[in-house]
Amino acid sequence: MKKFGKFMVSAVAATLVVSSLTGCGSKEDETEAPTETSAETDDASVETNEEETTTSGETAEFLIGGTGPLTGPNASYGTSVKQGAEIAIQEINNAGGVTVGDTTYTLALAFEDDEATEDKAIQAYNTLMDQGIQVLMGGTTSGATIAITDLTAEDGILQITPSGSAPECIQYDNAFRICFSDPEQGTAMADYAVDVLGYTKVAVIYDNASDYSAGIAEAFEEEIAAKGGEVVASESFTTGDTDFNTQLTKIKGTDAEVIFIPAYYQDVTYITKQASDMGMELPFIGSDGWDGVLATVSDPATVEGAIFASPFCAAVDDPNVVAFVEAYEAAYSATPDQFAADAYDAIYTIKAAMEQAGSTESEDLIAAMTEITVNGLTGESITFSAEGAPNKEIKYVEIKDGQYQYVEE
Amino acid sequence: MSLLNSILEQLINGLRTGSIYALIAIGYTMVYGIAKMINFAHGDIIMVGAYALYVYSSILKLPLVAAIILTVVTCSVLGIITEKIAYKPLRNAPSLAVLITAIGMSFLLQNVALLIFKATPIPFASVVNVSGIRLGSLYLSGTTLVTLGVTVIAMVALTLFVNKTKAGRAMRAVSEDRGAAELMGISVNATISLTFAIGSGLAAVAGILYISQYETLMPTLGALPGIKAFVAAVLGGIGSIPGAMFGGIILGIIESLSKAYISTQLSDAIVYGVLVVVLLVKPSGLLGKLKIEKV
Repeated sequence: MKKFGKFMVSAVAATLVVSSLTGCGSKEDETEAPTETSAETDDASVETNEEETTTSGETAEFLIGGTGPLTGPNASYGTSVKQGAEIAIQEINNAGGVTVGDTTYTLALAFEDDEATEDKAIQAYNTLMDQGIQVLMGGTTSGATIAITDLTAEDGILQITPSGSAPECIQYDNAFRICFSDPEQGTAMADYAVDVLGYTKVAVIYDNASDYSAGIAEAFEEEIAAKGGEVVASESFTTGDTDFNTQLTKIKGTDAEVIFIPAYYQDVTYITKQASDMGMELPFIGSDGWDGVLATVSDPATVEGAIFASPFCAAVDDPNVVAFVEAYEAAYSATPDQFAADAYDAIYTIKAAMEQAGSTESEDLIAAMTEITVNGLTGESITFSAEGAPNKEIKYVEIKDGQYQYVEE
Repeated sequence: MSLLNSILEQLINGLRTGSIYALIAIGYTMVYGIAKMINFAHGDIIMVGAYALYVYSSILKLPLVAAIILTVVTCSVLGIITEKIAYKPLRNAPSLAVLITAIGMSFLLQNVALLIFKATPIPFASVVNVSGIRLGSLYLSGTTLVTLGVTVIAMVALTLFVNKTKAGRAMRAVSEDRGAAELMGISVNATISLTFAIGSGLAAVAGILYISQYETLMPTLGALPGIKAFVAAVLGGIGSIPGAMFGGIILGIIESLSKAYISTQLSDAIVYGVLVVVLLVKPSGLLGKLKIEKV
């Protein structure tokens, strides 16, 4: 036992050395990114000059940490979050930064790759803390976010996850979330289907290998039952499936009035096309994963009239969205998705909290979180509950004449 | 009525998927029968067929018939070239070397497609413009009708070719005994090339039908149907052409019915379970002939 303990100690020590080494390595690798360079070089000056700058009413830097997958199969999510946050930071800094008391802060972002895995997320968070981050905008995926919530709660640092949708992501008082949770989305869609659209018999097709899809489907079915509706068919598939004829044939044999598909757009493309091939004329409703579906369907008529919940839709004709999309496209030659928009809102939320608190201490920022109202891309007048959940109107997008459109309330 | 109707519709779903498996399985089985190798790059020929059709009809805007013919020709030529470059030099090598080369060829084709067309899926509208028909309460979509029709025509034509023509007889002779066939004056090289050409041509047809059904081009689209068709070929008895047709259709139907009435998640497990049972009971496959290996 003693021997084992000794072994453990040396193993832990070795891991620490290795992780600090890899931390340095990745830091050096990433110094090419302009924001990170500035974050690192100015980091030291923040520490040393803090007292001086706050008293003299000059400028200082406020370092925001970010984590998310930049490599691996989920790389697009982390990349979007990082880029969306960078756009917001650039905008804020160009507009003169954030004024807290006498000091004007410019924001900087230090972003670490967590590959959407738990152990890498902890490493990434520790690396960021060593760099002296003052708040954390992360993680990006639910699993990785949950892995670091214990640590952030212990450190008492303000944590805002742009896109960790599992309920456990915000289990501590210091953690807040920008996106809707999966159950919230399912419940909201069920309410919408019954109350606004007036359906009572619904069919569901969901991916039961995905927490996202299954989580929404479960809440949706519960709420439909609670509302007195009936789920006449609940069909599942597995990530990567391309053939949905069997599931659709079964739904066809029921008296369903609408099909709910909480899934990503590629699955939706296959399902809607095969439904139209079978001569099915049932309307579709969906989750935010539908964003992007018009780029992948060969005939927009197959998804015409579909309605889905979406916090953000790049193709929508809204001046704030258009400005964001233009800036994003100019900087990264890509269309922003909801992850980028969530991160953008997360940065503006941090700014609002700083201004409200009149301080840069996490303790004050956390207290200020419940007092602020943020006008973001993913919702107007977003407020936060003490539990950390955002309070914002869920938006619905309809596909009309081959275009995305917000449904007029 | 409703249950019967739904069973019939699921059977048709199975028949349609199974037809595509069968067309691909024929390529596996013919090549195995003649060259005694499993051509794992065969699944990716389907992918090449789908992309070729996209290039000819959507980018070069050729008339549909020309585009389809060119697609089949492209795949046939690709099949012959693959054989000449990758497999012919290994004809007397251990079968493991050939197998690994085939897997390498598969990766090569996928990655070349990835390089040219990128990983983002490309939507490609179906080239089949046939309206569906309604038989009582049954609805058959245009794609289904065309898929079933084309498969039947292809199978009848292939059976006639193999059994009634001189080239077909040469094929059967080479598959029976390569050495003896050569002594009888049959050009083994030409026959093997012809086999690859026909197999790849059928894979191109399968690719066209596949893309008409799913409408999304991806560099990996051939992998899964390729594996399923390989299973179909083994199920039917590898080396036997009627076996491949039968195996493909059986596989499609089992898959569809188990998805519909047992479990979506277990359907693949059931398909492979059936394969295991069949091979345990009849190791040469449903229609395969048991050959005694001579030492």
